Amino acid sequence: MGSQTDRPAPPPALGAVFLCFAAIGAQSFGGGLSAWIRREVVVKRRWIEDGAFLSGLALSQIAPGANAVNQAVFIGTALRGVAGALAALGGLMAVPVLAVLAAGTLYLRVVETGPPALAAQVAAALTGMGAAAIGLTLANGWRLSRGRVGLARPGPLLVAVATALLIGYWRLKLLAMLPLLAAASYLATRKRPR
Amino acid sequence: MMQTLAHLGGLFATLSLLAFGGGSGVLPAMQVAAVDQYHWLSARDFLQLFAISRAAPGPGSLIVMLIGQRAAGLAGAFVALVAMFAPSSLLVYGLARIWQRARSAVWRQRAEQVLAPLGIGLTFAGAIALLRGTEHDLLAYAITAVSALLMGGTRTHPLVVLAGGAVAMLVLGGR
Repeated sequence: MGSQTDRPAPPPALGAVFLCFAAIGAQSFGGGLSAWIRREVVVKRRWIEDGAFLSGLALSQIAPGANAVNQAVFIGTALRGVAGALAALGGLMAVPVLAVLAAGTLYLRVVETGPPALAAQVAAALTGMGAAAIGLTLANGWRLSRGRVGLARPGPLLVAVATALLIGYWRLKLLAMLPLLAAASYLATRKRPR
Repeated sequence: MMQTLAHLGGLFATLSLLAFGGGSGVLPAMQVAAVDQYHWLSARDFLQLFAISRAAPGPGSLIVMLIGQRAAGLAGAFVALVAMFAPSSLLVYGLARIWQRARSAVWRQRAEQVLAPLGIGLTFAGAIALLRGTEHDLLAYAITAVSALLMGGTRTHPLVVLAGGAVAMLVLGGR
């Protein structure tokens, strides 16, 4: 009680949670799953807001395990508790689990007994898809930045850029960098006296 | 057989809790264990399975299913799946419950403000790590840039963008 933000909608049914994450899992070719999760859960269904999505994203990346799986558990828990977590997790994994087993079998057959030209074409198509998937991730980061980091808010922007470079470019261990980055973000997002 | 399943379960349950910053962080450890220690597959096989898990839908750490399948068939695949995802999921569930209980707490709102720049930075970090980790030629960079612009500036469906990337590489990628 006492929060001025009214909750966007009543919690969705478990079946809806399962189907939503099943759709995300089925469509998420080439990685970049969190872009898909935001599109379906925040933009299209409005089950949670960007603020909650981002905190879930950060917690999911800080905790061990695959980020998208952690995000599904986090969002499922937020929506419907333990049953919601299981529905989201089961939905997210249903199609990929079958697809990975099928793709693994099929790919090996193409590589081992198929014509070499076909194998090369499959490899090229997969490379192109992977390159496009990185573009999806960049666009997602750009959208999340709006209103949170930017030239008008240089402190948080600096923290975001430092995070991207330290973890992404120099590949330092997130766990080791976390205290530093969190402290910097704490200082950068403090309310300033006007 | 049972011993192999036990090895699969033990290995991936351990890696599950060590996979800070996503599954890709434990890939080197996974390769050492699966290739050099247990001899389930060759290093070349490992690389192929990695490519498949990246191209298929779902998280890249589903590579554990393919390793399990190589080591011990379908049972191995599912032991690896559960071992890789159950421990970390339980941990995140605990974190999410704490987060939920603090719904209107001041510290949670403050924590969300603090975590937002980190979440944004980590999103870009993922893209940067992928760009550095794969052999990206000029065409691949162009596909990445065009895809980012299409997704950021238009209402193109993501699957169309991905398919476009595949087609562009197929048509223009002939060396």
